[in-house]
Amino acid sequence: MIDTKVLKTEERAAIKLRSLYKSYGYQPFKMSKFEEYDLYVRNKDFLVSDRVITFNDTSGKLLALKPDVTLSIIKNSKGKALEKYKAYYSENVYRVSGATGQFKEIMQTGLECIGEVSALDVLEVVTLAAESLAAVSEDFVLDISHMGIVTAILAECGSNREFSRRVTEHIAEKNAHEIPALCEAYGVSFDVAAKLSALAGMYGDRATVLSRLSEICDSPEAREALSELTELHKLLSSTAVSDKIRFDFSVVNNMKYYNGIVFKGFVAGIYEGILAGGEYDNLLKSMKRTGRGIGFALYLDSLSELDGKGDEYDADVLLLYGEKSSLEAVHSKKLALISEGKTVYSTSTVPSGLKFRETLEI
Amino acid sequence: MLNIALPKGRLGEKVYDMLERAGYSCDAIKENGRKLIFENPDLGVRYFWVKPSDVSIYVERGAADIGIAGKDILLEYTPDVYELLDLNIGKCRLAVAALCGFRDDGKKTLKVATKFVNVASKHYSSVSRDIDIIKLNGSIELAPILGLSDVIVDIVETGTTLKENNLEVIEDIVPVSARLIANKASFKFKTAEIEKLVDGVRSQIK
Repeated sequence: MIDTKVLKTEERAAIKLRSLYKSYGYQPFKMSKFEEYDLYVRNKDFLVSDRVITFNDTSGKLLALKPDVTLSIIKNSKGKALEKYKAYYSENVYRVSGATGQFKEIMQTGLECIGEVSALDVLEVVTLAAESLAAVSEDFVLDISHMGIVTAILAECGSNREFSRRVTEHIAEKNAHEIPALCEAYGVSFDVAAKLSALAGMYGDRATVLSRLSEICDSPEAREALSELTELHKLLSSTAVSDKIRFDFSVVNNMKYYNGIVFKGFVAGIYEGILAGGEYDNLLKSMKRTGRGIGFALYLDSLSELDGKGDEYDADVLLLYGEKSSLEAVHSKKLALISEGKTVYSTSTVPSGLKFRETLEI
Repeated sequence: MLNIALPKGRLGEKVYDMLERAGYSCDAIKENGRKLIFENPDLGVRYFWVKPSDVSIYVERGAADIGIAGKDILLEYTPDVYELLDLNIGKCRLAVAALCGFRDDGKKTLKVATKFVNVASKHYSSVSRDIDIIKLNGSIELAPILGLSDVIVDIVETGTTLKENNLEVIEDIVPVSARLIANKASFKFKTAEIEKLVDGVRSQIK
């Protein structure tokens, strides 16, 4: 029997998530710490940070400490003769942390669904993302956006890459006030500028966002993406987590790889998003795979924020014994205290720097 | 309760006035003292003064739900936050300045002194100009006068300091003004409170 009280939030979450993903039939995926550097170079824009730790193996081949798991799962899915490959993982990845600019080991768990992905699979992955957040905290929000709508509106004004990059940055910042000037500078029509500004302020309750979206989705591509969102909204409505799932277009992932639904999850008490994912058919195409792919990752290391202040005492009882104490008496006293549910630290001299609730001398 | 990080100095005082007019007053803030945090529990706001360049850090890390920072700081540090409003105050620009009569013939590496290392690097790499960045923390204007650098990249408000030191703007990079920023996670869990405050402040923008 495991005493779950001693588990840290991240450890508890990791265990809960493993059984959650397993119950939906996802297969465990285990990878080595290293992967060929080449894999990351070819898809470096897909990575959260393009800096990876590299080294040469014994034959001189350049390897990298894995900064990502999704690419390896896609690579691995090639050998699977399945119409659909569903895998989950719990791995450490190594990437540069935004705040410090230093490499950091990040514990990450997540899943991928690759192949003949249906609307039902999309629903499953989105629901599992919400359930994963619920496993961490009841107070969570899952924000969903659709890259297809952003891409379709950008296509209306041609595709200047620099403009697309800058305007999606503004949309991600909910910065509607700078979009009109940017559009003017790039000669983008007033009509498209208004749509992009509207997108930057598009968030909240799903039904409200859908009705506002229908006003700006004109092109067939945009309408198709909208109907996918509408369908998802309907399906989600009957789930238990429905009221915590919102639409928010400030969730923007790289358009080169992500084409469909994208999402980001937050829990109260952690200052940044802890879950991110989406549909990445374009990435599959660039890796010469057919079909669709959708998945997400949850960053477990940030959950330590929820652990609170830490323990007030290092142990409940400091059991001090001297040269003349009977070893049997000390040992049985210790066992008696432990059986009462107390934590006991036994030693012959008072340890410096540790704090105890009470001290017992034998 | 909304935690609001205000930038120390004249800009911060102007911003507080806007917030006060928007209905988020906190009288204690006007008393001169050593207190760092000011709270008005009835209105659900808590203010604190921080160094202007630190506002974005407080907000990004969630110690403040909302903050007011110059666009110069946001461009330099690119914090992962929402930028909800342009307050249209604290207006100035980031610009390249040099000694009057300076000409960049493009034949050698340009020495650039600045506090804004990222802004300067991005600006020059966008035109593929090879530069040598010299990071300074103050009195940037001194660098070209003493020959430490060829040009400087700095905030220019009226241009008086430049003129007094025989310097002039040779290129504008980007206009700057104060922006209201919010922590992304806070925005999810305090949406209504933040929206109400943003609407109130918006009505005070001139």
